[in-house]
Amino acid sequence: MTLVLEQLLNGLQFGVMLFLLAAGLTLIFGIMGVINLAHGSLYMVGAYGAAFVAAETGSVVLAILGGLAAAAIAGMAMELVVLRRLYARDHLDQVLATFALILIFNQGVTILFGRQPLFVSVPPALNGSVQILPGLAYPVYRLAIIAVGLLVALGLYLLINRTRIGMLVRAGATHREMVRALGVDIRLLYTAVFGLGALLAGLAGLMAGPILAVQVGMGEQILITTFVVVVIGGVGSIRGAFFGALIVGLVDTSLRAFLPGLLRHAMTGSEADALAAGLSSMGIYLLMAVVLLVRPKGLFPAHV
Amino acid sequence: MSDNTIERAAPAPLAIGTLLATLLLAAALIALPFAVQALGQPALVPLASRVLIYAIAAASLNLALGFGGMVSFGHAAFFGVGGYVVGILYQSYAGDEPFLGLIPGTDQLLITLPAAILVAGLLALVIGALSLRTSGVQFIMITLAFAQMLFFLFVSLKVYGGDDGMTIRRRNALFGLNTRDDATFYFICLAVAALVFLLFWRIVRSRFGLVLAGIRQNERRMAAIGIAPYRYKLAAFVISGMGAGLAGALMANYMRFVSPDMLHWTKSGELMIMVILGGVGTLLGPLLGAAALMTLETVLTSWTEHWQLVLGPVLLLVVLFTQGGLNGLLARLRPGRSAR
Repeated sequence: MTLVLEQLLNGLQFGVMLFLLAAGLTLIFGIMGVINLAHGSLYMVGAYGAAFVAAETGSVVLAILGGLAAAAIAGMAMELVVLRRLYARDHLDQVLATFALILIFNQGVTILFGRQPLFVSVPPALNGSVQILPGLAYPVYRLAIIAVGLLVALGLYLLINRTRIGMLVRAGATHREMVRALGVDIRLLYTAVFGLGALLAGLAGLMAGPILAVQVGMGEQILITTFVVVVIGGVGSIRGAFFGALIVGLVDTSLRAFLPGLLRHAMTGSEADALAAGLSSMGIYLLMAVVLLVRPKGLFPAHV
Repeated sequence: MSDNTIERAAPAPLAIGTLLATLLLAAALIALPFAVQALGQPALVPLASRVLIYAIAAASLNLALGFGGMVSFGHAAFFGVGGYVVGILYQSYAGDEPFLGLIPGTDQLLITLPAAILVAGLLALVIGALSLRTSGVQFIMITLAFAQMLFFLFVSLKVYGGDDGMTIRRRNALFGLNTRDDATFYFICLAVAALVFLLFWRIVRSRFGLVLAGIRQNERRMAAIGIAPYRYKLAAFVISGMGAGLAGALMANYMRFVSPDMLHWTKSGELMIMVILGGVGTLLGPLLGAAALMTLETVLTSWTEHWQLVLGPVLLLVVLFTQGGLNGLLARLRPGRSAR
């Protein structure tokens, strides 16, 4: 029972990380119609920014600010220099251009920081673990990630549904031309939304730092999973991104945790482990394929 | 697809100039191994074989993507499966153990290539039949999902090397030829590539090709005049997958090695880059794109370890400013002809 709860928490933690990435991706897609493969690079930039500042200053607050700033600046620069020219183009051009951006970001980071992964320590205030249930101690840091993720989700909900900016964002997602015709500075809105998406990606990246190794290519690994989330949830829908992220996080984590044990009943240990690893990696893609076949627009389509 | 692709639809009648250019290209490709030998650069022959193999794969992707308007982000699946057909058949042949206890292994190129085409085609039929129920971004993502599933499947299959892939000790045999020889293998690739390009040229100009172009431009209109778009799209997708499988089988022979890397999504991206670089929806574009990307990669890696830092901006410039890839650029540079 404690094992199940622990894995559920792990899944939740992975889910909220995915949500932070997926929220930006789905907003950018929903409003600007851009498929941004380089979103994972912003995640990487956030992680490296925070790791760099943490190593230089030793301050957690500065590291967080550094990571966020690096990601947001990189994102807005990306929008201003490249993506702005691609809004009217078809998806193919966008895919190729953002693929090129991935190459540039990865090589740039390799030149600056080298190929060795950086290791970041958990901030001292969040070190250690806490007894949730008798017999189940859970790391405080992971709980903090869950809390931050849920807070951001709430904040985004309020921002999108309760503020004037959110109203413009929703309007932009439904009818871009009309918003422009009504005299809204759509270019500024685009850059702002892109900056927000980048900020969230950076936040995910800097929080992932102490759990995973900060290395070149970390962005692509999670990017594809994020796309799965966005498509399952329904492209352009924040609500979809939230539930999609939780579903994918939970499914992926529980498959990885429980499948090897199940398969070991049927075959020898090493073969079972290899097969289970493969099958659990396939799990979310299978889920996505099924969802798309049943509901081609995703679970929570943005505009019906 | 957006409207600017519409103009590329109707295949122009074969002009004398085009015929001449094609013959010239064919002559150059045949002369290439002798020429590089004379120039003292024999290492260029394997590079040329690789270009031809990728050209086949990219041209196949282009049939779905450029002519059919189906943006598949999962063609690495067919490419990799084609490679694995060769690998698995060779392993069964070498170990004298029929595959699944039924199918005897072989090392005959004349059997492995059709087998790879068949398996990739069946796979494309299944993936296409399911994926074509969606469109737009969802189509891009669902093809990616299927490719990723196969990638992880082969990673987990320890029998076939898992993550490390499997080595093929000898290239497949073809008559009494020494396929190990670079020039011989180059000519095999060239012959296959010529057949594939000829076939695609026929397909694009056929009634089927016209219907496909019509569907790409306006699916509803085609449905209204009594054509069921789904079947045509599926057929094109299957042919496209078969071509990619063929290329994968050749690639496995070329490298004498298959690994899940051939199925990875970055491979799909690479094929897409070749198509876009060369020119979407043009016949020779994929060949141009494959040649350009391979050459760029080879030249840049010899310059600097950080070659991707140069490749990235080059790709960006191509996307932002050429409109129609290298083929489009060439067409515009041609004197006395306006941009198509």
